[in-house]
Amino acid sequence: MSDATNQLLENLNALAGGLFLLAAFGMVAVRQARGCLNLFITQSLLLAASAALLGLRYHSEHLYGVAIVNLVSKPFIVPWLLRKTSPGEIYTRREVEQALNIPTSLLISLALVVLAYFLGRPISNAVESEFSGPNVSIGIAGLLLGAYTLTVRREAVPLLLGVLAMENGAFFAGIAISRNLPMLVELAIATDGLIIVFIMGVLTRAVQKHVGTTAVGELATLKEAAAEPAAEPAKEEAPAK
Amino acid sequence: MSVLIILLIPLVATALVCIPLKRAWPRGVTVLANGALLFLTAKLALRLAAGEPFVSTLHAGLLKWISVDGLGALIVLLIALVATTASIFSIGYLTHEKLAPGKLRLYYANYNLFIFSMIAIPVLAEPTLVWIVVELTTLCSALLVSFDNTREALEASWKYVLLSLLGAGFALFGFLVLFAAMQASGSGEAYTWSGLISAAPKMPPALLQTAFVFILIGLGTKVGLVPMHTWLPDAHSQAPSPVCALLSGVETTTILYVVLRLFPVVRAAPQSHAGTWAIILGLISVGTAAFLLLQVRDYKRMFAFSTVEHMGVILTAVGLGTSAASYGAMQQIVAHSVTKSFCFFAAGATLLVVGTRDIAAVRGLIRRSPGAGAALVLGGLAITGAPPLAIFLSEFSILKAGLTQGRYTVTGLLALFIVIAFFGVMLHVNRIVFGADENGRNGSPINHHAGVEPEKPFRLPFSCGLALILAAAPILLLGVYIPKPLHDLLSLAASALTK
Repeated sequence: MSDATNQLLENLNALAGGLFLLAAFGMVAVRQARGCLNLFITQSLLLAASAALLGLRYHSEHLYGVAIVNLVSKPFIVPWLLRKTSPGEIYTRREVEQALNIPTSLLISLALVVLAYFLGRPISNAVESEFSGPNVSIGIAGLLLGAYTLTVRREAVPLLLGVLAMENGAFFAGIAISRNLPMLVELAIATDGLIIVFIMGVLTRAVQKHVGTTAVGELATLKEAAAEPAAEPAKEEAPAK
Repeated sequence: MSVLIILLIPLVATALVCIPLKRAWPRGVTVLANGALLFLTAKLALRLAAGEPFVSTLHAGLLKWISVDGLGALIVLLIALVATTASIFSIGYLTHEKLAPGKLRLYYANYNLFIFSMIAIPVLAEPTLVWIVVELTTLCSALLVSFDNTREALEASWKYVLLSLLGAGFALFGFLVLFAAMQASGSGEAYTWSGLISAAPKMPPALLQTAFVFILIGLGTKVGLVPMHTWLPDAHSQAPSPVCALLSGVETTTILYVVLRLFPVVRAAPQSHAGTWAIILGLISVGTAAFLLLQVRDYKRMFAFSTVEHMGVILTAVGLGTSAASYGAMQQIVAHSVTKSFCFFAAGATLLVVGTRDIAAVRGLIRRSPGAGAALVLGGLAITGAPPLAIFLSEFSILKAGLTQGRYTVTGLLALFIVIAFFGVMLHVNRIVFGADENGRNGSPINHHAGVEPEKPFRLPFSCGLALILAAAPILLLGVYIPKPLHDLLSLAASALTK
């Protein structure tokens, strides 16, 4: 392929990377589960785009595989499964409370991105490919931002999407440095994401049924002894129901 | 071929228990399947101990990633052993409540799936596939942890899933970097544990170190190493007791096994600090857990913290790095699995008797139910390393290996924390079992719940008693004598760490 085409592919990949990072930021900032889901889908599409571009550049069918798997599973199957398993009205609910407010969250996210840049640099230096530079750092940033949403969110669905966004981040960095992962592995990882959605959806439904809330972050009765008041009554019975 | 059958048994059992028949059906199927599993894995382990290099299936197609060596066989054997005793204990534990047949089937289907996902970890040799089955262990056990559907159980399960998946995300990145390191080494080896070891000297050190740190932190979350341990006491105390035995006894160990697999790889590379990382994380875990053990209020949480402590001991021993220390670590893995599962059976029996997990609410258990009381004392003594029980021997060999190596600070701290943990656990156990309650009356819990007469002696279900006896046998045996085949297997497993 000519140098000009390669240059174009690299630029397009960098664009996809920039938008990927933007989507990750959006998932930290957005308040509604619905918006979070849309951003997650956008992010997955960008991951697929980046995989396809890398595939073109390096003539790798495995990367096309990653692109196709992402294209099918995340924008279509994940939302469908979410709707099937978790209670519907979650989508309309606005998240009123977060552990930290959104401007603070965005500042912390910024710091995480800087950290990701420094974490990613030695890795991309060691791999020596034109693409890996921005991709590794952006992927690590996606990973860290996903982890950050897990620590501050309270509602079940944004938490679940945070887990999946972390995986997206790991993959975004991963495909830039490790091409030719066996196809079986890619398929298995995609299936794994679906099982995550299913199990966490079932758990959310159980929480809503038995506790009456989907703000799972507010479940905090289990603590270390010292934090409890001394006169607390004995804990609940042996396994109930 | 036998490896494939071992993998298939739990899957078949899962399918079978879903058939809606009488209550005895899922129970019987699970006990039989796990018994068969134990038999087959024991045979496999004997073959390996007798000197066969490794057992793998057909070398073609997708099955080329299935292979078991000494270390893997040791872990599979432990899983099968605890799965068998826990399935027997489940019978009595779950008859005590009025469970809907559907719920019972759900329990057993999840139980067998969980066993499958755990067995798959040591059986698979391809690291990314191992990552996927590690994820599956979390997902298959989540509904077991939340089985009681109480507020606490759901909270514990949610925390467990969330933190485990958080760790898994980091570990996934680590494994992808490891794969990149493998490709960058240009050695053309297959991406398996053994291929990694031979390619390690040529890998770029930056990639290998990054991969190791990410995987250590990511999987360390699921092992329960200290800064990331917060979910563990919740999940391991709220799950039904037979499930706790599996979670604490073998799941943590199985995940730790994956981390241990990386040590020979990182050590093969120049200027690695794997040992130092392991010792620091290990000692922090042991120390924190030892002090937290002093102030627990829930006896199942107490055993859960003791799991954190033992994971730390094993990691420290592996970090020491000599072959004697590695042997001690392997011995500790075996001793911990058999002992911890026994402890949770004892805790489950206690829970059946008194109906509360609160340490302060239980006094004079020995008068109420001599069986549960005696089991709890034995469990407490065994898990804290009192002679002549299994953990005493393994901790002794670790400390001895540390001293011979001249690592006096590490060994001294380790010994100190172990002693503190001993006092912490025995203090609580002693109060529960022998203490007189506030009114001076003997043998009744303060908060006894309706329907149970305070003074009536309690008979444990037969299957619970049987499981306790079966689980106690290896603790007593391994404290005084290690059979030759097991010794060979332990040496084989230890050599896989120091290669």
